[in-house]
Amino acid sequence: MNLLAIFGEALRALRQNRLRTGLTMLGMIIGVAAVVLMLSIGQGARTKINETIAAMGSNLFIVVPGATSSGGFSFGSGSVRTLTINDAYAIAELPSIKTTAPVVTGTAQLSYAAKNWSTIVTGTTANYFDVSNWKMEAGTTFTESEVRSAARVVVLGSVTAKNLLGDEDPIGKTIRITNRPFQVVGVLMAKGQSLTGRDQDDTVVIPITTSERQITGSQFPGSIRYMLVQGKSATEMDIAEIEIIQLLRQRHRIAQGKENDFTVRNLTAVADVATDAAKVMSIVLGAIASVSLLVGGIGIMNIMLVSVTERTREIGIRMAIGANQRAILTQFLLEAMMICIMGGLIGLLLGIGGAWLVSQFADMLIVITLGMVALAFLFASAVGIFFGFYPARKAASLKPVDALRYE
Amino acid sequence: MFSPEINHSGNSLIQISNLSKSYSLQDANGKTITNQVLFNINLTINQGEFVAIMGHSGSGKSTLMNILGCLDIPTSGSYWLAGKNVATLSSNELARIRNQHIGFVFQGFNLLKRMSALDNVATPLLYAGISRTQSRRRALELLRRTGLENFAMHQPNQLSGGQQQRVAISRALINQPPLILADEPTGNLDSQTSNEIMLLFQQLNRDQGITIVLVTHEDDIAAYAGRLIRLKDGHIIVDKNNTN
Ligand SMILES: Nc1ncnc2c1ncn2[C@@H]1O[C@H](COP(=O)(O)OP(=O)(O)O)[C@@H](O)[C@H]1O
Ligand SMILES: [Mg+2]
Repeated sequence: MNLLAIFGEALRALRQNRLRTGLTMLGMIIGVAAVVLMLSIGQGARTKINETIAAMGSNLFIVVPGATSSGGFSFGSGSVRTLTINDAYAIAELPSIKTTAPVVTGTAQLSYAAKNWSTIVTGTTANYFDVSNWKMEAGTTFTESEVRSAARVVVLGSVTAKNLLGDEDPIGKTIRITNRPFQVVGVLMAKGQSLTGRDQDDTVVIPITTSERQITGSQFPGSIRYMLVQGKSATEMDIAEIEIIQLLRQRHRIAQGKENDFTVRNLTAVADVATDAAKVMSIVLGAIASVSLLVGGIGIMNIMLVSVTERTREIGIRMAIGANQRAILTQFLLEAMMICIMGGLIGLLLGIGGAWLVSQFADMLIVITLGMVALAFLFASAVGIFFGFYPARKAASLKPVDALRYE
Repeated sequence: MFSPEINHSGNSLIQISNLSKSYSLQDANGKTITNQVLFNINLTINQGEFVAIMGHSGSGKSTLMNILGCLDIPTSGSYWLAGKNVATLSSNELARIRNQHIGFVFQGFNLLKRMSALDNVATPLLYAGISRTQSRRRALELLRRTGLENFAMHQPNQLSGGQQQRVAISRALINQPPLILADEPTGNLDSQTSNEIMLLFQQLNRDQGITIVLVTHEDDIAAYAGRLIRLKDGHIIVDKNNTN
């Protein structure tokens, strides 16, 4: 038996029936393309989330005013004003805590030359940039002494800088925030969307003191929207959380058995949930795509069975001139595998092309790894062997005399 | 040729004793009925013989040929082919015998469709493990000898019946088998073409010493053979030398 020759016979049989071969292959093409596309979307989502988490800063808590049940994690319900700047400074003194950055926010009208832009103003302390792991694109952050003196200095988010100043170099320029002049000292590196989907780059950051007194104002002086708290080490996050809660309950004079009037969130834990969700999503997507691959495989088995019946006489002739069972089995198995592998290759290219289109038009991150390509390919071959084997064995086990007599 | 391990009986190529064949069928009520087609056949064919088998339709000629060709197995009795008991051979060994030692020629030609005459003739060599290039070279040589070199690239449906049967005979000869089995090879051909095909068989038998067993309905076709066997309802009723 000559494997190369049998390969040639299989190829010839496929070519003799191009339409059928093509249609059978289509099932494989769609299946593999779907698997590649879904895996790449899933992997893209995971990569994106990991990047967002990495950009978030490490060992972070976020403390927001209001009980968990009423205030929750959303920054929207800002009527409760139980958290103050002094709370933040007190927490910073805890042994397990490295530093804290209190934050006030508000919306304000910005202007530069003839341009106007409305955006979120973030008032915070100088260590905010370090805690939130936010690097500078140009210029510097404002300093601790500028915070103390409530200086009118501003750091621009990249989107805001672009919208307000266009291509001009913003450093040293004076912009107006609610009509008060502020000097631009720096521009932040683009950070992209937050886990909640907000564009984090459309913002300006100013000293918290300046914001309180001149921009955001407040009928509750000293109250803040939230604070970022950075723990000293990843292993002591649980202790740090207990310490924060104890200190705040003490400072807020909350009686035993009463509910907290604030909420502490461990951002690492939130990130873990998001990562898990993305993992589940890619598994679900992959599973859905695998079903189409399975359907494609069943299609191949179906067509191969029809083909064996249709070619019974041919099988009989081949046996009469000396083909043994293995030669017949090999030929039909090769036919099924060639459909799968060729379909797999085309599907792979289509899947990669589709992923590229999605990344271009849906503005999604798409990640294709070599492992994914190998997986899709292996899967396609496995489907070919699995679904091709039964029809091939059926062909090989025909009795020569019966096959020859078949009309 | 064969390397006879046990030389069962002198220079006999085929030795059949007490061979019977019956088919089991289900009747309308689902009851199994057995239909015996061959009854206690005893037959010896020596190397170099040219044997014609005749008989009415349904007398068991094809059944006997299929057994001789290792395409089917008898229900009882023994069949020794070139000193080997066919009943003891594995399916792989049987395939090898069909490939190397027997050439088949059928009434309906049984060429592979949509495949050139050349590739049809070459296919048995592929199953013998010979490369495609060499197979094609040998096939072309054989087609030249049967006068078909100009039709080598034609597909079966582009050839006349006589040409198709020549291609089929070339295919049967490609592995230089000692035995050719032809089941009504002229059944689909006109008398002129039939005679040409029979002359080809006769020449193969005379010049190359190939043993030929041939089934036919027609007396003038059978007349080319040196020995005549007549079957009736699964029994051999005549077995004689052909002297005209
Ligand atoms: N596969 C089979 N199953 C059942 N009966 C069969 C089968 N093959 C042949 N027969 C029967 O065996 C008898 C002989 O058939 P066959 O050998 O083809 O006759 P011939 O070639 O002499 O015309 C016929 O009656 C036929 O119906
Ligand atoms: Mg017959």
